[in-house]
Amino acid sequence: MSDSVVDPDEVGHVADLARVDLSEEEREQFAEQFADILSYFETLEEVPDIEREPELTNVMRPDERRESLSQDEALRNAPETEDGYFKGPKVS
Amino acid sequence: MAQAQERELAVVIGLEVHVQLETATKIFCGCSTEGSEEPNTRTCPVCLGLPGALPVLNEGAVEAAVKVGKAINADVPERTRFHRKNYYYPDLPKNFQITQYDAPICQDGELEFTVESQRRTVGIERAHLEEDPGSLQHKGGSIDTAEYTLVDYNRAGTPLLEIVTEPDFRAADEVRAFLAKLEEVLEYLGVFDPERDGSLRIDANLSVVEAGEVGDDGHIDDDILESANRTEVKNISSHKGAEKALAYEAQRQKNAIQRGRAVEQETRHWDESRGITVSMRSKEEEKDYRYFREADLPPLEVADWKERIDIPELPDARRERFREEYDLSDEAADKLTSTKQVADFFEDVASEFDANLAATWVADNLLGELNYRDMAITDVDHRLDEIKRLVELVATDEITAKNARETVLRDMLDDGTDPDTIAEEEGLGKTDEGAVQQAVEDAIEENPDAVEDYHAGEGGAINFLVGQVMQKTGGSADPGDVNQLLREELE
Repeated sequence: MSDSVVDPDEVGHVADLARVDLSEEEREQFAEQFADILSYFETLEEVPDIEREPELTNVMRPDERRESLSQDEALRNAPETEDGYFKGPKVS
Repeated sequence: MAQAQERELAVVIGLEVHVQLETATKIFCGCSTEGSEEPNTRTCPVCLGLPGALPVLNEGAVEAAVKVGKAINADVPERTRFHRKNYYYPDLPKNFQITQYDAPICQDGELEFTVESQRRTVGIERAHLEEDPGSLQHKGGSIDTAEYTLVDYNRAGTPLLEIVTEPDFRAADEVRAFLAKLEEVLEYLGVFDPERDGSLRIDANLSVVEAGEVGDDGHIDDDILESANRTEVKNISSHKGAEKALAYEAQRQKNAIQRGRAVEQETRHWDESRGITVSMRSKEEEKDYRYFREADLPPLEVADWKERIDIPELPDARRERFREEYDLSDEAADKLTSTKQVADFFEDVASEFDANLAATWVADNLLGELNYRDMAITDVDHRLDEIKRLVELVATDEITAKNARETVLRDMLDDGTDPDTIAEEEGLGKTDEGAVQQAVEDAIEENPDAVEDYHAGEGGAINFLVGQVMQKTGGSADPGDVNQLLREELE
């Protein structure tokens, strides 16, 4: 795994994109873990090809309305709401 | 050359136009796309991005996209598919947007339009389907100073077609003319509602190059385009806004270059109220979106839909047919095909009355009076029967064309009254012959001096007498008839 491309800086960059705050230690730690995870995928690549079912195409539905959730139902899992809106921290 | 201070510069613009497709339901779920006053009342597990919910593609959105492809002469590839575009912003409940990346539904199209009487063709690189995000409100200040954010997902999942042009525009007014034409075509296709708020949103890429790099045919080498720093101007929502924003941005870049400063490659926000573009904090780079295949949506094979789906006659074809079939001038044909509704109304009127009369009434009188009031045909679409009735009153000689135009039509638009009521209240019914005859005799009796002048061969006298008769009949007599009657009476 020595030639792994995942380094702590890259972990930090992806964490920034995901708006996740990571400490220096966590970046180091996750870089190692990512390297492990990627190596598992490399193992999967060694599995021989099997015959696949034919791929689906053109799965569509007609343009017909279905009932939506009520406002209460839609907001039920939200930690904070205001006047029927989801409420969250400021973004920019 | 080396000393030249004022350099000749040229502007290069390309557009990304986001069009909300007019479907009954969202692109990946059965929630209604109709607007609602109440936030978060048009949502379901799919468009809220709840765990385990699976998107299913709306056939209507695909049909609409194929119609647009056909209208802009684009290829619909054998196989097209969806990707996930990852970015974290609360307008996307899933933290990714389902869009198309390497295999868009439309490729290599073009759109022809007229700007300052010149025909221009702009290439359409691609058009792809994607889902609209939700809408945010920044509370307690501007986007930078707000205290918190409110989110409404009613709009999330509305089908969008993003139309990407080649960098073929050389001026801001070309962009405006193109957008007007695009909107016209989309409206004709019945896939777009211009009245809906936010139904057309535009991002534009603009750069400035040496004028010498532009060939006679407007061509600029790719490596010149690549090397010029460009800005992406966001938040444009109308034709007029596009022209203003891009004229501003072009001037801003030219000024920087004339002063020997480099143009920064960045994203800028069009601030409509201040009429300027402002730098936005730098966004993710393309690779940061980490596009990958949307495994929940199987690929599409709809190339044959282009044959299967019919599209209506488009504005250019209709204009040409109007010119020939109704023997109209270029100008009249242009006006009468300006929107589908105008064209349909004209053909409706022309099918019952004389085509020339119909053209005058729709192109000149109706559109003229509407334009004067800053209105459009959509403002009177529930009253088209009344306007047709007015044309009928003229066609059947019940009122004069002048009264119909100057009194009845104007009162109809200003007061909302129907034409028969106005004609009656204003006493505009054409005066019967007896009354005209009486008025002629009275005018002769009351104006002996004019009669004397007439007999003395003074040409102006007859016009004076005609004027007197017209006054007595309240303008409802036909001036030609009056002239004739007067001459007979004076012999």
